[in-house]
Amino acid sequence: MITLQVNGKTLNLDVEPDMPLLWALRDAAGMLGTKYGCGIAQCGACTVHVDGEPVRSCVMPVSAVAGKKITTIEGISAKGMNAVQKAWVEHEVPQCGYCQTGMIMAATALLAKKPKPTDADIDDAMTNLCRCGTYARVRKAIHAAAADLGKAKTAKPAAQKA
Amino acid sequence: MTLELSRREFLKASAAVGGGLSLQFSFPLLAKPGAAAKATEVTAWVVIHPDETVAIRIARSEMGQGTMTALAQLVAEELECDWSKVRAEFASPNEHVRRNRIWGSMSTGGSAGVRASQDYVRKGGAAARHMLVTAAAVEWGVPTYECTVDKGVITHPATKRSTTYGKMAAKAATYAPPKDITLKDPKEWKIAGKPVKRLDIPDKVLGKPVFGVDVQVPGMLHASVAQCPVFGGKVKSVDASAAEKMRGVKKIVREGNFVAVVADNWWRAHQALKQVKIEWDVGANGDVSDASIDKLFREGLAATNLPEARKIGNTAAAFATAAKVIEAEYSSPYLNHATMEPQTCTAWFKPDGTLEVWTSTQNAEASMAAASEVSGIPQDKIEVHKPMLGGGFGRRGAPQDFVRQGVAIAKQMPGTPVKMMWSREEDMQHGFYRPASLVQMKAGLDSQGNIVAMHTKIACPSILALLRPEGIQKGIDFSAVRTFNDMTYTIPNQQVDYAMRNPHVPVGFWRAPGLQNAHYRECFIDELAHAAGKEPLAFRLAMMKPDDKNRRVLEAAAKAANWGSTLPVGVFRGIAQADGFGSFSAMVAEVSVSPAGELKVHRIVFAIDSGHVVNPDTCAAQAESNVVYGLGALLYQSHKVKDGRIQESNFNDFPLPKLTDMPKVETVLVPSGGFWGGHGEPGILALTPAICNAIFAATGKRIRTLPLKAEDLKRA
Repeated sequence: MITLQVNGKTLNLDVEPDMPLLWALRDAAGMLGTKYGCGIAQCGACTVHVDGEPVRSCVMPVSAVAGKKITTIEGISAKGMNAVQKAWVEHEVPQCGYCQTGMIMAATALLAKKPKPTDADIDDAMTNLCRCGTYARVRKAIHAAAADLGKAKTAKPAAQKA
Repeated sequence: MTLELSRREFLKASAAVGGGLSLQFSFPLLAKPGAAAKATEVTAWVVIHPDETVAIRIARSEMGQGTMTALAQLVAEELECDWSKVRAEFASPNEHVRRNRIWGSMSTGGSAGVRASQDYVRKGGAAARHMLVTAAAVEWGVPTYECTVDKGVITHPATKRSTTYGKMAAKAATYAPPKDITLKDPKEWKIAGKPVKRLDIPDKVLGKPVFGVDVQVPGMLHASVAQCPVFGGKVKSVDASAAEKMRGVKKIVREGNFVAVVADNWWRAHQALKQVKIEWDVGANGDVSDASIDKLFREGLAATNLPEARKIGNTAAAFATAAKVIEAEYSSPYLNHATMEPQTCTAWFKPDGTLEVWTSTQNAEASMAAASEVSGIPQDKIEVHKPMLGGGFGRRGAPQDFVRQGVAIAKQMPGTPVKMMWSREEDMQHGFYRPASLVQMKAGLDSQGNIVAMHTKIACPSILALLRPEGIQKGIDFSAVRTFNDMTYTIPNQQVDYAMRNPHVPVGFWRAPGLQNAHYRECFIDELAHAAGKEPLAFRLAMMKPDDKNRRVLEAAAKAANWGSTLPVGVFRGIAQADGFGSFSAMVAEVSVSPAGELKVHRIVFAIDSGHVVNPDTCAAQAESNVVYGLGALLYQSHKVKDGRIQESNFNDFPLPKLTDMPKVETVLVPSGGFWGGHGEPGILALTPAICNAIFAATGKRIRTLPLKAEDLKRA
């Protein structure tokens, strides 16, 4: 029995310690937003956050993340969509969409660390693969989400003052 | 604890997801939920709910290309409904069979999803509008022509009465659809032709379970598959004694050409599969290699009396008197589609004798036929659910190998739903590959540098021979000779010979089948322009008729790219054009090559005339998509064949372009009206030749074998 902290909830899963987190999530916990693409940490479709860091769950044994704070696409936003997801909709980023939850997890982790990422920051962080070719829109949407989050931050103190 | 939803909980969960995308996970062979029962089908394409929601039925598949939204736009345009209340739902293949194919073709390929169904789906929307207005007019006792309609609200201005589609739907459905329907002039479009937001994106962004691999059925098991690594081989013996004892393993399935392990979790199934000792009978092809395939192609090119795909004038006579004769040989390798979602099929032989199948398919009718053939169950007792496809690109259309497998596995476990998914390795090594090909081109120039003759010899496996043999005419597979046999350039003497040589490697319709020919032709035309001492744009235009639509897009691309203007130091341009899939397209590429041989593609300008444009933003997205797909083929990808098998196994040795490879893509839409062309594939045709022609401008090197290797580009 492995105990995982996923999206603020405790999951007790009867899985082998070496089962990759991806399969514990998909087939044991029924959380299907995280995708299998390659199984060798190449494509990033399986990206989740472990203690805030983007991690490729297809090669991460569950035993290595027991007790750590895991966030998946299902838990990335407390209510509705987060700024990255909103930007993704606004800029019509996904095509087939299969790799996009991993992209959104990677982009959300990037913005948490670097609220105003440069193109070079995006190049470094967004190593996820997309067969449909959404890359230009991924870049555009990350900049848009950063601007949106920046606005929200500056708007907050002003609102408090008023 | 493994979570298992009871059927009741599952149905509740499915209903709670809401929206059109979740519908594919309902059980249409069982009772439908109450809310759906109140909805009224006005025409086969239009279902109206009492809350004014309009569900538009979609027969084609959605694999990211935006067809679902574009088709809904076309129906909604004629229906005059409120777009904000529209949702799309896939038409049921089972109902399709029982209603005598009422939704037309369900096949989704050839960039034809919109262009081949635009007429009848628009008529389905227009007929529904007519029936709804008639219902209101009858109720009010007024002539229909006195009624107006806007966003689903019908009004009789003279008596200031109004009602809604939701209220009139039941009455409207009792009328027969009108026979004579006049469609709107596209100039009047309000919903079609506009960049409305795609309907499938919000669920995809939220990570909802919309894909084939996301199917969950109560009591479902998971299967991983191993096929004979040599195509056409068979299972000889299986020792599953170790695998059978592994945790979660429920069954070992042995079929003619594959072995599957069924377990309670896909990872467990896959781990156990690795422990199954399988001896294969590889058959006659265990020694096929790149060298033997090359030999086969060369033997084909040397053969006499090859089928002629085009013959105009007399090339031999023209070569004899030409001032200059240029020859070149080009080639390209086999390529996997590499859809991000591996092939998958869930099948459930139900106790009542029916079969339910969930599969990411580009052709639900072909899936239905394959499921029926393998199961022995008639099609009217089978339902095929179409989830969203995690990419398609041609892999999930004509070959339904994955459906045959999924159904064969579940057939051995009646009553238990089984979800089969291939590992990436299985997917990479068991494709229906873009054919490898070898082409020799020869052209004669006169003393003014005009092309007087061109003779092309093509050695290429036939996709049709494998997937649609009835399509071969006089030894010619059109997909192997296109772009040469229908060349737009007015060259007085032309000949195209086709050497169909079919190694055992399965081939299929890979995004823009025949695209290699566009690459070869447009690179060779560039070679000829150089040999003639002419500028490549002017050289092409001089060979195009004044009313040629190809000319217009070539000029549009050149203009948008400011062809001929000064570029930053080290940046060079290339140009190419090709028509196909109903559209006309041209590209200008801007590249630089570092002294170390590193290529950087800075900018792609793409012009396309598709006649009409239904959603300009989706068209731009398809252009970007084609650029990246083509870049993979240009920069990185090739399959090596050794010992009868594909050597590459995953994205480490079959790399995809990355975000850092993405150039700036500018899409110039120049729809000229009067015809309907596609967008899913044309954008890839001119890409690689435009880039290779720019590489020549930068380095003086011709790239005649794909993919590029870094050493090819080092300056001498």
